[in-house]
Amino acid sequence: MIDEQSLITINADDLVSQVEKLRNSGHRLIQICCAKIADTIEVNYSFDNNYSFTNLRIILPLSDLRINSVSAIYLQALLYENEMHDLFGVEVKNMAIDYKGTFYRTSFKTPFNPPTDKA
Amino acid sequence: MEGKKRTIIPFGPQHPVLPEPIHLDLVLEDEKIVEAIPSIGFIHRGLEKLVEKKDFIEYVYVAERICGICSFIHGMTYCIAVEEIMKLNIPQRAHFLRVIWSELSRLHSHLLWLGLMADAFGFESLFMQSWRLRERILDIIEETTGGRVIFGSSKVGGVRRDISREKMQEIVRRLKVFEKEIKELSNVFIKDASVQHRLCGVGVVSKEQAYALGAVGPTARGSGIASDMRKLGYAAYKEIAFEPIIESTGDSYARCLVRIKELFQSIDIIAQAAEKMVDGPIDIKVSGTPDGEFFARSEQPRGEAVYYIKANGTKFLDRVRVRTPTFANIAPLLKILPGASLADVPILILTIDPCISCTER
Repeated sequence: MIDEQSLITINADDLVSQVEKLRNSGHRLIQICCAKIADTIEVNYSFDNNYSFTNLRIILPLSDLRINSVSAIYLQALLYENEMHDLFGVEVKNMAIDYKGTFYRTSFKTPFNPPTDKA
Repeated sequence: MEGKKRTIIPFGPQHPVLPEPIHLDLVLEDEKIVEAIPSIGFIHRGLEKLVEKKDFIEYVYVAERICGICSFIHGMTYCIAVEEIMKLNIPQRAHFLRVIWSELSRLHSHLLWLGLMADAFGFESLFMQSWRLRERILDIIEETTGGRVIFGSSKVGGVRRDISREKMQEIVRRLKVFEKEIKELSNVFIKDASVQHRLCGVGVVSKEQAYALGAVGPTARGSGIASDMRKLGYAAYKEIAFEPIIESTGDSYARCLVRIKELFQSIDIIAQAAEKMVDGPIDIKVSGTPDGEFFARSEQPRGEAVYYIKANGTKFLDRVRVRTPTFANIAPLLKILPGASLADVPILILTIDPCISCTER
């Protein structure tokens, strides 16, 4: 193993408080990404602190793809959040800047989660 | 001044200084930028989506084609993630070969950037000298891998090609000569008054701002953050003695200095790897399919790249996610631009060494 990786699954309601805790303890936001697994979307928030890797995971059902923004805590999160909105159709509430689906210029909407797959 | 008239100038996606398309809406008061709003996706290729049609062995070729500059490191990072999931023990020689090709990639990428930067501030001869030297590195890459842009030398389970001991010694000798020429070139970047005039004190990002905005690579190190993913020890970096190169002023000049010093560091790392490389096999036979997940991180010339792989026990992966360094450096760029003058925008964009090809994977 190159580095120890801590993967923690949390509830969507706890996201903002958990991310705030990490920010206050000096973690850097590495990235946010989605993965479509069966009838859910896994949202991964990855953090680094002195080369130590922590990942928070939220599992959203396809029928309710809503999540709170963490861009008030980490400003750069808005880029990842707009990305997950444009590619996966996740609705992110209270983004610092909401491009309203124009951040990525895809030929059809939410290519990683096409409308036919949504519940 | 309150009530000052604001103008919005679209910058890109087609612009002489941008080899690849990114669009910024620049909000100006007179010649000063007050806000920059980015837009990407002009050449989004959906390469992450392609994982549904390529099996985990074939996908190495896709990963390498995410970028035409740090192609090898993309392929290698993908392989590392799969190898970690499958718990494969890669031969030590393959690890060292990966270090050597990674550092050759860094050399040619930084020289490419120096040339582009010289071109952006109108120093044409410096641009040509930088790219002339870059050709020497591309020659070594071509001699050892057969390719100049796509190496095709990394694979799940090791590497495809070996470098003989004699060839390695010859490369180290050539790089020693090359080092002297780099020194001459870098003296111009470091000491020339016209270069300093365009770079010093321009586009300052403090250490705190860079960290808070998630800056990576030379953009972070130019602001004094000693973060370099090679310190994780992937490939054979744990066997190599080096420290991240940092500068403290956080301006465009600092980011330039970091890249220049990393040229010498890369030459030193290649020499160390050549000396410490052990004889033996360069790959292992891979059987079975990956089942699990891993976040692999590597240090590309532009900074930290992240490969998230989620596998399901079949030969097709559930998800490949690539967070490229340029994507991470967009937020610091948006911090750099406000307050700058319109004339400095091309330089400021270039100081993060943007690779839109990577960003639009």
